[in-house]
Amino acid sequence: MASYLAGIQAGLENALTINEKVVVLGEDIVDPYGGAFKATKGLSTKFPERVISTPICEGGFTGVAVGMALRGFRPVVEIMFGDFLTLCTDQIVNHMAKFPGMFNGQVDVPLVIRTPMGGGRGYGATHSQSLEKMFLGLPGIRVVAPCHIHSVGDILQHAILTDNDPVLFIENKLLYPLDQHTHILIEQTDEIPGYPTVALKNFSSGKPDVTVIAYGGMSRELVPLLDKLQIDELNVTAVFPSSLWPVPFETLVHYGTQCERLVICEEGSTGFNWGSELAVLLYDKLSNKLAAPIVRLAAASQVIPAARRLETEALVNAEKIENAIWELMS
Amino acid sequence: MLSSERLDQDILHQFFRKMFHIRVVEETLLDLFAHGVIGGTVHTCLGQEAVAVGVISALNVETDIICSNHRGHGHFLAYCGDTRSLLAEILGHPTGVCGGIGGSQHLQKKNFYSNGILGGMSPVATGMAFAEKLKGSGAVVVQFMGDGAMAEGAVYEALNIAALWNLPIMFAVEHNQYAQSTHWSTQHSGSLEQRSEAFGVPSFAIDGNDVAGVNETAQRLINEIRTQSAPRLLFMHTYRLGPHSKGDDLRDQEELDHHLQREPISRLREKLDQSLVAETEQLVRQQVSTLVSDLRGN
Ligand SMILES: Cc1ncc(C[n+]2csc(CCOP(=O)(O)OP(=O)(O)O)c2C)c(N)n1
Ligand SMILES: [Mg+2]
Repeated sequence: MASYLAGIQAGLENALTINEKVVVLGEDIVDPYGGAFKATKGLSTKFPERVISTPICEGGFTGVAVGMALRGFRPVVEIMFGDFLTLCTDQIVNHMAKFPGMFNGQVDVPLVIRTPMGGGRGYGATHSQSLEKMFLGLPGIRVVAPCHIHSVGDILQHAILTDNDPVLFIENKLLYPLDQHTHILIEQTDEIPGYPTVALKNFSSGKPDVTVIAYGGMSRELVPLLDKLQIDELNVTAVFPSSLWPVPFETLVHYGTQCERLVICEEGSTGFNWGSELAVLLYDKLSNKLAAPIVRLAAASQVIPAARRLETEALVNAEKIENAIWELMS
Repeated sequence: MLSSERLDQDILHQFFRKMFHIRVVEETLLDLFAHGVIGGTVHTCLGQEAVAVGVISALNVETDIICSNHRGHGHFLAYCGDTRSLLAEILGHPTGVCGGIGGSQHLQKKNFYSNGILGGMSPVATGMAFAEKLKGSGAVVVQFMGDGAMAEGAVYEALNIAALWNLPIMFAVEHNQYAQSTHWSTQHSGSLEQRSEAFGVPSFAIDGNDVAGVNETAQRLINEIRTQSAPRLLFMHTYRLGPHSKGDDLRDQEELDHHLQREPISRLREKLDQSLVAETEQLVRQQVSTLVSDLRGN
């Protein structure tokens, strides 16, 4: 079974093979190093002209990729750590996301910015964040964050080869070594073509007692948690959209109507986040069907500490989700 | 008159027509603004027409690419002469070059792209140059920026990449001495002219109010860029005669008068056949005013 990282590598390799307009830009991405997380390992050897290491200037090379996209290429940018997206923000917000709309649909910007996000590795405050919420709701871009139940390579390939709009592609770094658990997925919905929502259930008949909506790295916590709760005979559905923005809203409402208790969890910090927007959207549709208010879990609003013990306290994990579920059930 | 001189006269006359056209459009826009017909903001390039016309006349407009900035009407008109869709854009008409969505600072047509974020187009233009190099198209990219934009970090990231990867791009700096209200000397240290040299991008500083000189140097640099696939920076000294945008001008009259003596259109006019010039001026004024009445529906 292939790992999440292998899925990314395969997605990149397939895209480079299928379309010669695909180029990959980023820091330290060429062989033998192959990128800080090895996502591009082997690719510069196979495609030396199209896998290119850049100077350390995230804003600059993101802008370069925007220019290439405007002139017929399908660039993929790797930002070494998602925390460094702050350096690209002007290019993302005022260039990449603006051009198609501002130029009245006369240009396309088929560009994918991939980046690892998330903590759990003791890297500390500037290398552990989940900053995708800064870009959620921004007109003109899609924010994608597949979990390890998704076929991550297929989604990446779709973003690179088929989607003509810019995509911010978030990879939770703790998912990289995990096997892609595509076999345990029980349902896939394609409300947004190319960006499926997958769902997982720990029961075979009846209704869920609780439905958890989550994305990205949260699958690492939720897959074993569902097994554990199965022993306790608690029926849980976990739903993972791969597209965070726009939201596959009909799909989420569909799962929301199947049960009376909802939990939304994410790794990023609490406050004006994915969960708050989803909760509002869902309340509009579900308010009179819910037995209790929607529970939202996110990281504490603080810098992410480096020390393992402190970092664990700050971030969402299976134990915290489990506690929240039991509290919701009581 | 020798035939070669005649030819030069013809070319100079064409430059004059284009520069005068830009000036009339810009004056018209300020007038429309003053009368509340257009809203938002307009940045006019009064006094800088020789830069737009001199540089862009050195390009192959079919294949070369232009990245412009907030002060881009002159670049746009020198590129395609499509006054109707420029005015329509600024007037907010659906027939505008970007359907009225872009407005004055955000123009796109064929190989022309402008954006209102200072310095932001330097990396984008550099990426375009990389794209054209990989395609082997032979196209050159020109990116216009002001002296003020040269304080933005993005410019230096772009210079570094353009030189490192030998990209076919000309950075065209319009040094009009001011960024909004700020005189260049109060926001820049060291020599602006020489900065790009440290990246290995040769820089050429010239009088930007002499259209023939601008054109000649631009042709030479564009030719070098095209044949050697390597970046250059053309640094043009000029002066903004109008307000930064729409009337907030605090400069001394004495200073303005000084620069009026050196402005590019009167300098060029002196070299041309006066009766031809008068004819051209009348024609241009008429064309622009007809367009404006058309677009305003009267
Ligand atoms: C990133 C950014 N900062 C500030 C502004 C506001 N602004 C618009 S034009 C301008 C001055 C620009 O000066 P310069 O680059 O010399 O060009 P000029 O206006 O003289 O043509 C400023 C500060 C902007 N548009 N973009
Ligand atoms: Mg200036």
